[in-house]
Amino acid sequence: MAITSPSERLWWKTPLHRVELIWILVAFFWGLVMFFMMIYWHAAGSQNLSTETYKTTPNEFYAKVEAMIGEHKVREAEGQPVVRPPPGADVYMVGRMWLWYPVLEFEKGQSYRLHLSALDLQHGFSLQPVNINVQVHPGYEHVLTITPDQSGEFTIVCNEFCGLGHHTMLGKIFVTE
Amino acid sequence: MSASLFRTCPTTGLKVDLQAEALIKANAVAAVVFLAIGGLFGLSVALTRWPAVHLLPADWFYLALTAHGLDVLLLWIIFFEMAVLYFASAVLLNCRLATPKLGWVAFGLMLAGGLITNVSVLQGQSSVMFTSYPPMMAAQHFYLGLILFAVGALIACGIFFGTLVIAREEKTYTGSIPLVTFGAMTAAIIAVFTLASGAIILIPTWLWSIGVVSNIDPLMYKLVWWAMGHSSQQINVSAHVAIWYAIIAILFGAKPLSEKVSRGAFLMYILFLQLASAHHLLVEPGLSSEWKVFNTSYAMYLAVLGSLIHGLSVPGAMEAAQRKRGFDKGLFEWLRKAPWGNPAFSGMFLSLVMFGFLGGISGVVMGTEQINIIMHNTLYVPGHFHGTVVAGTTLAFMAITYLLVPLIFRREIRFPTLAKWQPYVFGIGVAGISLFMMGAGTLGVSRRHWDITFADAPFDFSYPPAAFLMLGLNGIFAIMAALGGLMYILVVVASVFTGKKVEGKVDIGAPAGPPAVASYGSSETLRVPGTLMLVGVFFVAFVLYYFVNWKYLSDVWPMR
Repeated sequence: MAITSPSERLWWKTPLHRVELIWILVAFFWGLVMFFMMIYWHAAGSQNLSTETYKTTPNEFYAKVEAMIGEHKVREAEGQPVVRPPPGADVYMVGRMWLWYPVLEFEKGQSYRLHLSALDLQHGFSLQPVNINVQVHPGYEHVLTITPDQSGEFTIVCNEFCGLGHHTMLGKIFVTE
Repeated sequence: MSASLFRTCPTTGLKVDLQAEALIKANAVAAVVFLAIGGLFGLSVALTRWPAVHLLPADWFYLALTAHGLDVLLLWIIFFEMAVLYFASAVLLNCRLATPKLGWVAFGLMLAGGLITNVSVLQGQSSVMFTSYPPMMAAQHFYLGLILFAVGALIACGIFFGTLVIAREEKTYTGSIPLVTFGAMTAAIIAVFTLASGAIILIPTWLWSIGVVSNIDPLMYKLVWWAMGHSSQQINVSAHVAIWYAIIAILFGAKPLSEKVSRGAFLMYILFLQLASAHHLLVEPGLSSEWKVFNTSYAMYLAVLGSLIHGLSVPGAMEAAQRKRGFDKGLFEWLRKAPWGNPAFSGMFLSLVMFGFLGGISGVVMGTEQINIIMHNTLYVPGHFHGTVVAGTTLAFMAITYLLVPLIFRREIRFPTLAKWQPYVFGIGVAGISLFMMGAGTLGVSRRHWDITFADAPFDFSYPPAAFLMLGLNGIFAIMAALGGLMYILVVVASVFTGKKVEGKVDIGAPAGPPAVASYGSSETLRVPGTLMLVGVFFVAFVLYYFVNWKYLSDVWPMR
């Protein structure tokens, strides 16, 4: 029994039954499939998270955000600047207590280099209803190249707890045709 | 060496060190107390997330969520695991416990640490969530309490290893240690890794909170913290798998199909489970994809392989034993005629099934590098781990309690009818919690979030209506789970304090008939077609669900 010492002293020399052996092989093979599926998706899939990262500081990153707003601001929404960068541009978005800043406007089907960082605490970039979720750290600048393939209004929810106002922290991305 | 006092258990014939027994009792009682407190916090969280109820104000919600994680995920589980370690070493090996006095020191440190951290949370200055990610800072005694707790638990692991050494020296058993002890040893080895990681990260973080260290890198913190946070869940897995084996051995006289295979599977845990810190870092900046792929898959899913093996060998061992008893008809007579009214069995079997189907599959899918993009920090995450830690570990711990109370506390179970229904009420409640949180997470709903209507936010936004339904159902099932938890606590407390004293042999509800001890080795007697069928169903569900999620992923915006 499992609560007593094995009755066979040389338990490691006992034969393996076919049923167990087959299951071990099936399970091992399935593990390989799942492992290589991730690698395959890097080659063939369209949704892979970039690993391009730079060290930064809150001040340095915020200066880039402000510069971009100065250059490409087109209007305001709910009192926040809306920025419409040209396709392919470097776009900066910062998470802070408790806003994703600024509002961005993209063109459907175009790619943008989206730089994410945080000013104060960790925040969670959760783009809804698309459902893309990326962790955002202060001090790190993470660059993703995204290609919106739907038009409409999208919301960024903060999904990393960031203090008492966490549940009010939103941002917007508009995608035009 | 001082002579230890023993009693001989009239039911099992085991020699029980009274000092070990007292420590098992103390740790188990502390565990149950923290389960009760943490469970209530959990219920209040679920009722707040139910949009129609929205019980707590925001500050209390975040406080309750922090306390819930701390009290059940850490204190209930680790205290109970310490009881399991003492049981699996001293009791199962017929041995005296190494340094019992130190065992009380460990218990005292853990209790003091747990209380200090609880106080810091209740004071309202440490609502930083269980994970306490910097640069968010908690009160200093939040970290201090955790450090004391970890040191205490580390000492208890040392006592476990010491007891193994003594048992070997004093030849209290012949041959190899029992499989259950081997599983407990796996848990203890992982615990040492885990608690050491905890100390490595919490000590500097504590120094940071008192102003000695100027900066804690948030990414480095997460990497090391999760070497504690995730690996400690692997202590749970090892411990509850050991408990599954223990329960089927006690109730059915079941032998492992193959000692070699089962022990090999535990070895996979020791070798590979620690890599799982990566599961929490799949959408972080600054880490390479190679690192993520290798670590998140436990080096090609070798630890998952361990769990898949246990998934066959635990029900398989039970089936083989039942068939030997004569329940040999058809595919499932062995299962139909199992003692479903015995909470030790029903709790264990529900734990096994739900750990696999709910917690296991979702964990592997969510831990896939790219699929994590559509799940990270959504309610899918707590949905998954309520499937593992609550439906799996907690239910298994509850199940073995129904054996520990008569065998160790030597009291009869009070309110047997309540006890009989308890695993079902709790199990179905938790299954609902797990499923509906995963459902809401699939719809994108954030975890750790007070208001999914975003009433005070600067922009308009709402999750889809189905998410509101999911969270309502989650609340209803949370009430059911809380009821099941309450039944458990009622039965345990009433039995321990007012149950009839057990004299002589205990009826632990094992099925009648001679013990099903076959000659050793799996090759001659093995016939487990029912288990094969169950495993087949599981495997098909796993494969389908895995690829469905790749399909979901392929629908989101292209990114690189």
